[in-house]
Amino acid sequence: MTQGRYENHEVIMQTVDLRGVCCPTNFVKAKLAIEMADIGDVIEFYLDEGEPVQSVSRSLKNEGHKLLDLRQADGHYVLRVEVG
Amino acid sequence: MFSEEQIERYSRHIILKEVGGKGQKRLLNGKVLIIGAGALGSPAALYLAAAGVGVIGIADLDVVELSNLQRQIIHHSIDLGTPKVDSAKRKMEAVNPDVRVVTHQTWVGAENILEIIRDYDFVIDGTDNFAAKFLINDACVMAGIPYSHAGVLHFIGQTITVLPNQSPCYRCVFPEPPPPNSIPTCSQAGVLGVLPGVIGTIQATEAIKYLLGVGDLLTGRLLVYDAEGMDFHISPIARKRDCPVCGDNPVITDLRDEPEAMNVCDLG
Repeated sequence: MTQGRYENHEVIMQTVDLRGVCCPTNFVKAKLAIEMADIGDVIEFYLDEGEPVQSVSRSLKNEGHKLLDLRQADGHYVLRVEVG
Repeated sequence: MFSEEQIERYSRHIILKEVGGKGQKRLLNGKVLIIGAGALGSPAALYLAAAGVGVIGIADLDVVELSNLQRQIIHHSIDLGTPKVDSAKRKMEAVNPDVRVVTHQTWVGAENILEIIRDYDFVIDGTDNFAAKFLINDACVMAGIPYSHAGVLHFIGQTITVLPNQSPCYRCVFPEPPPPNSIPTCSQAGVLGVLPGVIGTIQATEAIKYLLGVGDLLTGRLLVYDAEGMDFHISPIARKRDCPVCGDNPVITDLRDEPEAMNVCDLG
């Protein structure tokens, strides 16, 4: 996925820090943030490694959102999601 | 926005694709009236409170009696002699302080029912007698308020959801109360305590689905549950053009009490 792909959309970048938030509350908070956004918006989530990054990513994908990229940062992961 | 506590409290709802934060908001903005704080009303009231239905009305004139406790699970031994609506309100608020419980400690009759039901989005009939069941049907049809009918006796329970003037009403199925001598007297009327728990919970399910706008309501279908044979049976029901209340030429246009149909004791 290139930067250009989502420059076509009207992107409102939002960052939601879910580090230290347990499953499934992290997914609940991710979902609430997404509900406030519009289709095509891109939201960045900070997630702890292990179960949080795995299950939140999978759950958001199952809900029909597009996972744009996942990268490892300093002791956590950054997941970028396009609201579907 | 939700508080941190609400996010935790309703997390298992919000996770559901069909509910989400928006659905939970709809529940928190919803208003449901339960008529009868008895065996059907008990589970309905507790589940609606737990679900975060914002305003829950509960109407009942009676006080808690010892013979109620075998099935009316919202009332505890310590509540004997207390008005049922007050006993119920305490438990509902203990389950969830988010909800506002409005008590109507009154006999719901022809003269006051329209005034009581008009502020609510959905009504649950948890009453114990045919007079009240027909009155609730007629009032909800006239006021255009969706409601859930139910009745329980012995090992059998039945329930149907009515969307007035869209789906069949109770009188489309049963045009009038049964003749008085066919209604069980107090000594004949027993009920398996757990049975209304199942039926009242189905009624709460319907109220919640209605508020959410999710799924298929139990409209046009009468569900009969036989706890003894452990069988759920659904009979399709059609609207009747000659229904006395929701038909083409309704003959019931005013509400009236039917006192001759009131002699089943305290089963609801």
